Amino acid sequence: MKKVQFKSSYSQYLFLAPQLGILLIFLYWPIIQTFRDAFTMQDAFGFGTQFVWFDNFLFIFDDPAYWIAFKFTIIYSFVITLITASIGLLLAVQANNVMHGKSAYKTLLIWPYAIAPAVVGVMANYFFSERFGLLYHLFNNLWGFNWYESVFDSYIYLIIAGSWKQISANFIFFLAGLQAIQRSVIEASMIDCKNSIRRFWTITFPLLMPTTFFLIIINITYAFFDTFGIIDTTTIGAPSGETRTLVYKAYMDGFRGLDLGSAGAQSIMMMFIVLFITIFQFRYIEGRIHYN
Amino acid sequence: MTRLITSGFSHFILFIGIFIMIVPVWMIFASSTHSGLTINTQGLQMFLGDSFYENYLRVLLYKGGFFKEITALKMFLNSFIMATGVAILSVITSLMAAYALVYFRTKYATLLFWMIFVTILVPLELRIFPTYSVMAELNLVNSYFGLIVPISASAIATLFFRQFYKTVPDELLESAKLDGANTWRFFIDFLLPLSKTMIVAMLIFMFVFGYNQYLWPLLVTSSEQYWTVVMGLKMMSGSIVHRFAFVMMSMVPPILIIIVLQKHFIKGVFQDK
Repeated sequence: MKKVQFKSSYSQYLFLAPQLGILLIFLYWPIIQTFRDAFTMQDAFGFGTQFVWFDNFLFIFDDPAYWIAFKFTIIYSFVITLITASIGLLLAVQANNVMHGKSAYKTLLIWPYAIAPAVVGVMANYFFSERFGLLYHLFNNLWGFNWYESVFDSYIYLIIAGSWKQISANFIFFLAGLQAIQRSVIEASMIDCKNSIRRFWTITFPLLMPTTFFLIIINITYAFFDTFGIIDTTTIGAPSGETRTLVYKAYMDGFRGLDLGSAGAQSIMMMFIVLFITIFQFRYIEGRIHYN
Repeated sequence: MTRLITSGFSHFILFIGIFIMIVPVWMIFASSTHSGLTINTQGLQMFLGDSFYENYLRVLLYKGGFFKEITALKMFLNSFIMATGVAILSVITSLMAAYALVYFRTKYATLLFWMIFVTILVPLELRIFPTYSVMAELNLVNSYFGLIVPISASAIATLFFRQFYKTVPDELLESAKLDGANTWRFFIDFLLPLSKTMIVAMLIFMFVFGYNQYLWPLLVTSSEQYWTVVMGLKMMSGSIVHRFAFVMMSMVPPILIIIVLQKHFIKGVFQDK
């Protein structure tokens, strides 16, 4: 914290009021309602609600569809993180390596970041449609690709659609991370180690650790939440619910099924998963990295 | 010589990367300039056709939706209002909140800090129905207010401004105090001019964030008058080429903003000088 500060006064609270006010009404109030929904059940006619303790939670744990969505969410976020981070890093290293055209490359690779996931989904749709989808037909000729029926193929479809724009974000952050490494460190390492690939993995990559872990969190959050728009415009869960993320399933249960109790319980489970990842990040990972 | 080879290899990899990014978008664009018949018989196109004006004008001015009440032009206007609203509201409230957190001494500092930052863990997707029912209770469904404010309830920009304020030297406040500046004067005359880069970066970030919202507008606007571009993708009907044209136009505003203001954006987010 700062050594020189103002004394606390009413004006401090005036500065805080707009944001706190919005957060209280549009964030804390709904969160409290989410908890209320999760611990109550509406009777079939919607006349009354009843406090049911953990029934909604027990119900979702017993529901095979929940675990299917759970499995998909874990696999999806893992694969997306792996693919986008490695391709992003590969491109960033190359862009950092070239003498000429660095900023042109930056511009040419940064823009997909700005496209909405839902727009990416609609575009992916055209490339994977049975009628004229180029990728559909390419993969279909290779191994009989058919995402309408095969779970594996629908995973492939969503992984390609989900990774495409996220490569950009990884590229930008890795490039910034690479450019922040001091020239002198790189020059010293060049004297010590002639092999550039070994030099990368022993010197540069460890120095990029803070960026890498930051991006892991960004990519996981992206796969958890932002992919909603992609799924809703591509597979919509096809073949039969195997490609729904936890967030997508919670929304569908609440919206289509009008089961607010279950949707609330699923949201709270999701909050715990996010909280767990965040604590894990701060406790175990941040402590082990050296920031320069 | 090896220098040349490795840099040639780098250019090659980068070209593949750019190819993967540009080709899908280019093909949709090229296809959007053909007639529906061409697409239906020959599939996606690599080269430009001659129906550009015809297709794009029709999409912009055609009244779509279930009740045929809204044109794409109106959707763009709505998206602009929403994105600008989100950007301005969240940046102003975040600037002020971060200032209160960094520049004031209080025994509740930790509590206030956590009250604001814990909200990052709960994105709108996790509280979408309760947020909707709050909006319904407050009678804010189908309004610009309803589109903007819940999306602006975000502390991400606060986090960035807080980090930035912490790097501002203490001498600034000391000298301001010598000049007799009070809390408002210091904020407006000293701190804001210094935060210009950061403010621009956050405005861009929140604008794109607001423009790209999909689920929330879908839920909170039952009246077609408030439909936005990104959610409209799901709602628009029409021939395949018109949908291509709509998709192309929908991505132009955020991409233009990111490309044109790229330097400011990167400068602010990564705080490099």
